[in-house]
Amino acid sequence: MTSTPPHPPAPAQAGAANPAGLAKPAGAAVDPARASGPVPAVQITGLDKEFPVAGGGPTVALTGIDLTVAPGEFVSLIGPSGCGKSTLLRLIGDLVAPTRGEVRVFGAPARAARESQRYGIAFQQAGLLEWRTVAGNVELPLQVHGVKKKQRRERARELLELVGLGDFAGQWPAQLSGGMQQRVAIARALAERPPLLLLDEPFGALDEMTRERMQAELARIRVETATTVILVTHSIPEAVFLSDRVAVMSPRPGRIAEIIDVDVPGRMPAPGESGGGVPALEQAVGQAEDVREQAAFFQAVTAVREALRAGGGS
Amino acid sequence: MTVTTVEQPASGRPLPAVPDDAGGAPRPAAGGGWGGRLRRAGLAVAALVLVCAVWELYKLVGSPHGGRLLGVPVLPRNDDTSMPHVWSVLAQLGHKEVNTADSQTVGVAVLKGIWFTLRMALVGLVGGVVIGVLLAVLMARLKIVERGLLPYIIASQTVPLIALAPLVSGWGGKLKVGTLAWQDWMTVALIAAYLAFFPIAVGMLRGLQSPGAGAVELMRSYAASWWQTLLRLRLPAAIPSLLPALRLAAASAVIGAIVAEISTGTSGGVGRLIIAYSQSATSDATKLYDAVLGAAVTGLLVAGLISLVELALHARRGAPTNQAQQTQKVRP
Repeated sequence: MTSTPPHPPAPAQAGAANPAGLAKPAGAAVDPARASGPVPAVQITGLDKEFPVAGGGPTVALTGIDLTVAPGEFVSLIGPSGCGKSTLLRLIGDLVAPTRGEVRVFGAPARAARESQRYGIAFQQAGLLEWRTVAGNVELPLQVHGVKKKQRRERARELLELVGLGDFAGQWPAQLSGGMQQRVAIARALAERPPLLLLDEPFGALDEMTRERMQAELARIRVETATTVILVTHSIPEAVFLSDRVAVMSPRPGRIAEIIDVDVPGRMPAPGESGGGVPALEQAVGQAEDVREQAAFFQAVTAVREALRAGGGS
Repeated sequence: MTVTTVEQPASGRPLPAVPDDAGGAPRPAAGGGWGGRLRRAGLAVAALVLVCAVWELYKLVGSPHGGRLLGVPVLPRNDDTSMPHVWSVLAQLGHKEVNTADSQTVGVAVLKGIWFTLRMALVGLVGGVVIGVLLAVLMARLKIVERGLLPYIIASQTVPLIALAPLVSGWGGKLKVGTLAWQDWMTVALIAAYLAFFPIAVGMLRGLQSPGAGAVELMRSYAASWWQTLLRLRLPAAIPSLLPALRLAAASAVIGAIVAEISTGTSGGVGRLIIAYSQSATSDATKLYDAVLGAAVTGLLVAGLISLVELALHARRGAPTNQAQQTQKVRP
């Protein structure tokens, strides 16, 4: 936790007050966020989302969503196309408005959370602005929020170091590979030190090898920054490898069919747990390989796959 | 024939020799460097030589009665009145304008005309860019403005300039702000702007609307205001659409200035020279061709200026190259 960036007050206290029970519920049935005390990072209650359709009834994208994510937790939303997982992520980010129900982020309404930069977001398309350098792209949110140039430079350098692109600050996005662009997008999402990171299939467009490496990096970044992460993915191994819990969604109408706790030994400790510190990148990648090859990992993959099939998502 | 000669250099590619002079700015290697520029300059010169060669070749083999197809004239006469030699046109530049002792040469008159018309066109172009960008931003901001305004913007370009010019100078003649009275040149510049704003407004609107939903969502996630989104996202994204629009607008501004000079009778510019010299065209067309040459040079100068603007804008942006494409190490 030595390199943990300064947190906004509420989650920081929450994390300090309840470090042990945070991310890995030992007894699978216990939902840590429901326990008294810490303000949940995300709390969704009775959420419905309908999209109006011209000349007909509305399309129900999501119905009856209840989800609570504890501070420091890593939760994946997985499901087939059309199950509304991206819409759910956008609802948490207040990029679309719910039809019914409520989204609270660190105790505040989603809109207030967006306005006070409580989350950073990255999409499947890295979406870097081609007319800005790599560092310029990372600085974009800081510039929008009026941070001074010198501090922006410094923060961008820090973040690019974090994602392993320290030497690429002056390059243009078009000169980077897809994986590197995606790392820049994640660095940009972390620019404001948000306590919550929303990721919408960030590795969806990458090849399998790059993808696994990026997953190891994300696991390391998450520990290093002590950020709560909500990840939308359609890859079962990705969800299992990264998450503390996997929310399995089913389509038509989109809903959460099952929430599966994942406990695979050998992963990096979740933020707040005592561990051996943050491993170096190459070490993290090597460890990731070991994690993916053990029986517990395959069992968890099978559990998620069966839940997906049961939810009609096969 | 004369009309195409006027328009072609104005709207076509400028002589790259002009932007080359500004090569001090550091530029990424994507443009092909000095070798590429030299080649482009060479091509432009070759094209000019080719046009002159075709002209002279036709003069050599063509008929003094022109060419007719089924009774319809399709080829010009090749006599000296209709098609003077290239060198006669150039030689005429050194002759006196009228046969008096203190008369200036045709070349000096054309240069003065170019200088006058160039300023008119540039004032019009700047005005057109300002108006066009403002309209585009307004239309991008409010969908309802776009729906209401765009048809009128398109319709504005179908009004014949010849009819508009006297009207504008008529209204302008009644305007007076303090000691500033409306001048003839203002009419000319205004009409140049009237033609120039159109491609800017349309191109800029397209550019402002070019950022994808993802980029717009990203700015929303930053809680960026509309102005910040405009400044950081939409305006930079519009530059690639603005540049070709700027070229069209520059050509339109020159045409607008010349036509406005002619139809308002404003003296001093290339348009006036075209009218004055065309009176002697039946006996000797070389003077008229010199005026047309002046119009073409004006167009080239404006186009060259636009190239400088392009260079300046490109120097601030990344030139995407694939040569530095990095592949990731999969495993150490």
